[in-house]
This record gives sequence, structure tokens and C-alpha cells, in this order.
Amino acid sequence: MARAATTADAFNAVAEPRRRQLLDALAGGERPVNDLVRAVGLAQPQVSKHLRVLREVGAVTVRGRGRQRLYRLNGAALKPIHDWVQAYERTWSERFDELDVVLEDLKREEEGHADDE
Amino acid sequence: MPMTSSRTAKLTLPTDEQILITREFDAPKHLVYKAMTTPELVRRWWHAKRGEVTVVEIDLRVGGKWRYVMVADNGMEVGFHGEYREIVPDERLVTSETYEGLPEGVSEEQGTTINTATFAEEEGRTTLSLLIQAPSKEARDAIIASGMEDGLQDALDLLEELAVSLG
Repeated sequence: MARAATTADAFNAVAEPRRRQLLDALAGGERPVNDLVRAVGLAQPQVSKHLRVLREVGAVTVRGRGRQRLYRLNGAALKPIHDWVQAYERTWSERFDELDVVLEDLKREEEGHADDE
Repeated sequence: MPMTSSRTAKLTLPTDEQILITREFDAPKHLVYKAMTTPELVRRWWHAKRGEVTVVEIDLRVGGKWRYVMVADNGMEVGFHGEYREIVPDERLVTSETYEGLPEGVSEEQGTTINTATFAEEEGRTTLSLLIQAPSKEARDAIIASGMEDGLQDALDLLEELAVSLG
């Protein structure tokens, strides 16, 4: 499967340890920026910068509530990464597809022998 | 995503250190077992259409060694070797497996998995379960990430936390 440019962005977004920390912090539910600043131990401008990257790839969404900005995890945007786990699964799928061919031959061989008897 | 075959291998992650692959075959279990333990047969399917299998050594007895080498279409050579730990013909096969291209600094122990294949037959069809037990979550994730681009495997750590929110 070719990797589309848009999904590459999602990979880059989550490859950064601080951004992964932010996503972890959001896994428990929607949180305001202040909470996230405390959770990752970075200054607010840096946290905001990371959140912007995550927002750009759709990994998080944001809404305003009064003066607060609330961030929420959007798992669907990270599905491309999930799909990558399936690359390993595909190797085995393809092996087993080849194994099917071998098994058909073995079955025919056995049937052939049975006819001989 | 288009499915090429109705008989796809299913991959799950039962624990942090495990990978479980299951697949059903339209053949009795003694044939599946035979195809997985006979060198000239392994040579025909292990390549996964990614290259050519150049070495298949199988010494099928407890304590016996095995080794598979493949030259991929891109010229890269990948080798695996291990030992037979438990052999119940047509039923169960336990092997160790070590990847021969471990990066610098990764110990042999960290690069070795224990693989348990079980063969269950029902009405002439066989379900093969292949349980891969890695020494650590890091090692397990590295196996899954094999073939992925550098840096991406970090992202895998997230998967479990995110599984719940994935559509």
C-alpha cells in the first residue's frame, strides 16, 4: 500500500514524544490547555505549538468554552497508523496465500495415492 | 481497503508482549503441518512473494535447529534461525526464532521470540494459530514495525491507548 502524503503527516505528528504524551493525556477525555501544560511539563507556547501540529493532521479537535480552549482526541485520524500494523499482518497473509497453493498440491497428491490403492 | 482473499490472516495483540496470527486453511491439519515442516515445501510459500527463499534448514527434533534465509526483490537478505522446543506432530510446534539482522546493541535475547503454532482441524479445514511471544513490549513492537520506516515504530506505542477510539 502506498503511503499517501496526508497520512505521512499523521505519522510525523505522533512520532514526536511530546506530542505522544499529549495524546496520551487526551486519551482519558477532553481537557483544557492548562491541564495539558501541567501533564507534559512544558511551557504553554510549546504545548500550543504541539497541539497545533496535532490539530493540523486532525489528531485532536478543539472547541471554546467560555475563555477555555478544550482539546479532544480524534482517534479516526490516527487510523492510518493502525493500518500500518496491518503491514506485518499482510506479510503473513501473503505467505499463507502461497501456502494455500502448496496445500492444494498436497491434497491432489494424496488423492492420487488413494486412487492407486 | 480491498480484500484479495476471503481467507485473510487475522492479527491480534493478546498481551503487550504477544502477537497472535490466525488463519484457516482448506486442508486437513497433517498437510498444513507437513507444509510447515518440509524444507522444499517451506521454500515455496515462506517468501510471501517478496523474494526468493535461498536457505531452508529444518532439523525436526526437540533441540534441533532451523534456519530460513530469503533474498528480497530489493536485494536485501533476511535470515531467521532458531530451535525446535516442542514437537507434537500435526498438533503443536514450539520454536524459538531469532532475526539475524538485529541492530547494534540489541541483545540476542531481545531479538528472540518463542513461537507456538497450533493446528486445529474441523471438517477437513484447519485453523492455524501462531502465537509469537516476544521478550518485551519494545521487542514486540519492533517486530510489528519491521518493514516500516524509521521513527514510525514509536507511534505504535500509542496504538493500545487509542484502540478504543479508533472507528
